[in-house]
Amino acid sequence: MSRLSYREGMRQALREALSGDPRVFLMGEDVGRYGGTYAVTKGLLEEFGPERVRDTPLSELAFVGAGVGAALGGMRPIVEVMTVNFSLLALDQIVNNAALYHHMSGGQFSVPLVIRMATGAGRQVAAQHSHSFENWYASIPGIKVLAPGTVEDARDMLAPALADPDPVVIFEHAQLYNIEADVPEVRNTDIRSAAVRREGTMVSLITYGGSLPKTLQAATQLAEEGVDAEVVDLRVLRPLDMATVLASVRKCRRAVVVDEGWRTGSLAAEIIARIAEEAFYDLDAPPTRVCTEEVPIPYAKHLEEAALPQLDEIVAAAKALLGR
Amino acid sequence: MKMIDAPPSGPVPYEREFALKLLTDMLRIRRMEEKSAELYGEGKIRGFLHLYIGEEAVAVGALHALESQDNLVATYREHGHALVRGVTMEAIMAEMYGKQEGCSRGRGGSMHLFDARTRLFGGNAIVGGGLPLAVGLALADKMQGVQRVTACFFGEGAVAEGAFHESMNLAALWRLPVLFCCENNLYAMGTAIERSESQTDLCAKAASYDMPALRADGQDIVSVHETTQRAQREVRRGRGPFFVEYRTYRFRAHSMFDAELYRDKREVEEWKTRGPLHTFSARLKAEGKLTEEEFLALDREVGSEVDRAVAFAEAGTWEPVEDLTNDLYTPPEMEGT
Repeated sequence: MSRLSYREGMRQALREALSGDPRVFLMGEDVGRYGGTYAVTKGLLEEFGPERVRDTPLSELAFVGAGVGAALGGMRPIVEVMTVNFSLLALDQIVNNAALYHHMSGGQFSVPLVIRMATGAGRQVAAQHSHSFENWYASIPGIKVLAPGTVEDARDMLAPALADPDPVVIFEHAQLYNIEADVPEVRNTDIRSAAVRREGTMVSLITYGGSLPKTLQAATQLAEEGVDAEVVDLRVLRPLDMATVLASVRKCRRAVVVDEGWRTGSLAAEIIARIAEEAFYDLDAPPTRVCTEEVPIPYAKHLEEAALPQLDEIVAAAKALLGR
Repeated sequence: MKMIDAPPSGPVPYEREFALKLLTDMLRIRRMEEKSAELYGEGKIRGFLHLYIGEEAVAVGALHALESQDNLVATYREHGHALVRGVTMEAIMAEMYGKQEGCSRGRGGSMHLFDARTRLFGGNAIVGGGLPLAVGLALADKMQGVQRVTACFFGEGAVAEGAFHESMNLAALWRLPVLFCCENNLYAMGTAIERSESQTDLCAKAASYDMPALRADGQDIVSVHETTQRAQREVRRGRGPFFVEYRTYRFRAHSMFDAELYRDKREVEEWKTRGPLHTFSARLKAEGKLTEEEFLALDREVGSEVDRAVAFAEAGTWEPVEDLTNDLYTPPEMEGT
C-alpha cells in the first residue's frame, strides 16, 4: 500500500508511460514549463525533455488533430486538453477524425490516441469553466470514455488506455485532484467494467467521476438512517458496463443515478432508459436521478451549490424511493 | 469577369516517357470522372460526388514530384489523388458504388477514399479537417526519425478555417515536414475567394507564419511539377513546412447538386481554354513527343481501364448487414500494427 493523491496517481501513470514506451509523448497547453494547469505533469518536462513533454500553443483543434495524426503515424500520444470546456474547440478532430477513422476506412487505420481533460464544476470558476460533457463524448461510437473517480483508477486507467488501439478519452474531475487514498501496489488494468464501491441491498446509487465521493458520503449517511445503499461507480462511460448496473438494480430494486451533467440528455437519462428497458419488472419504484440544474453554473458560491447535485439531494432521492 | 492568363505554353522539360506518364494520369482521372458523372446519373453512384475535372494537373504534377513513401492527406475531391497515388481505378470505382471491394469497403464512398498501402490517410470531408492530421503525421515522422514528407491537399476555402491557421502555425513552430498544397480553384463551393478573404494573396498568409511559399499555375502541369519539386526538396532537407498555392479552376459544378448560379458561364468557357489536358498534349505534339494517333491510342487504353473498373464495381458485392458494426473498434488481432 502507498498513500497517493489523485494528482500524484495520474502523474505516476504518466511517468511510467513515458518511461516504458518511446512512442509515448505528452502534449498540451502548459504541460511542460508551467507544470500543468492542475500540476499533474509537474516535473515531467525536466525528466523527459521538451520533445516528449510538449507545450503547445492555444490551438486545441490543431494539437488534438495532431495527436490523431501522430497516432496514425505510429506514436502513442497523450494529449492533455486543459478542460472539457476547451475541448469544444477540438470537437471536430475528436468526433470527425479520431472516432470515425477506423470504421470509415474499412478497418485500415486505427487511432491509438489518449486524450485527457479536466471536467466539472464546484470551484466557483463560473459558467464557461464548469461544464460536464462526459455524456456527449459517451454518445460517440468509435471512442472509449473513462472517468476515474478514485486515486487507484487515476493511477491505473492510463496504461490500459494507452495499450488500447483506439481513441480513449479520460475525464478527470477537477475536484478530485486533491483527494488522497491508500492504494495497493498491484495494478487494476480493467477498463471495461463498472465497480461496486459499496455493497448494499435497498437502493442502488449509480454514479461516476466527481460525483463518486459525495455519493459514497450519501451512502454513509443513509446507513446511519437505516438505509442500506449500494454504490456503483461506472468508471467506463463508453462502452457502459450495464451488466454490473443491472445486477445492482435487480438486487436493490431501486435506483438513483447521480450525474453532474445537465438533466436533459444526460448520461443519467441513458442509464435510466436502459434500466427501464431491461429491468423494468425488477423495480419497486421508478428510477430517479440527481443532476445539475439546467442553468449556466453561476459564480456565486451559494448559487453554484444550488445548481450542482448535493449530498442531501442524493439522500433525499434515495429515501423517497423507499417511501421515507 | 476577371481577365485570365493565356493558356500554358512553352517547352516541356521532360523525357517523352515521363511526359506521357503525366498525360496518361491526367487522362485517367478525366475519363474516370466523366464516367462517374454518367454513373451518378444512372443512380449507380449516390451521395456526394465532387469532380476534379479541370484540376487534374495539380494532383498529377504534385504527386509525381513526391516519393512513394510520403504521406498523403486529401479532401473530399480526391479521386484523382487516390488514383495517381496508386489506388487502383477498380478499388476507387467499387468504393463509389459502395461495394465491399472498394478501397474503404464501401463505408466511405467518394469523399472518403483510404488506402493504408499507399499511405493515403483519407479523403477528409470537413473543410480544413485534414490539416491538423497532417501536422501530426509529420510530427510522428520527425519524432521517429523517418525521412518523409506529408503532403496535405486542401482548397482555398479551407484557409478561412481556424484549423488552417492553427495548423500552419504549429507546423512552422515545430518545423515539421509538411507540404501544404492549396488548390485554389477560386470558389469555396459557391463563394468566390474575394467574397470570403480579406487577403486574397494566399502566399502572404504563409509568410505571416514565417513559412516559405510558392505559387504555381495549376493548369500547367510543368509549373505544378517544378514548383512542387522545389518545395518538397526544401521540406525533405528538414527546413520545416512549405506552402504551395496552385491556381486552378473547376470546370464542373461543385457537386452533383450545384446549379452554378454563382459564376458566369463565359468565365467557365474561358478557363477551359486553359484546360490542363489539351494544352499539355498540344505542347507535346508541338515538340514531336506525341502524335494524334498516339493520343487516341492512349485514350483507348484509358477507356478500357475505365471499362474494367466499372465491370469490377458492378461485379462487386455488398458488405453483409451483419458486419455493420465491425471495425467500430480495432479487433484484438490487429492491435500493435
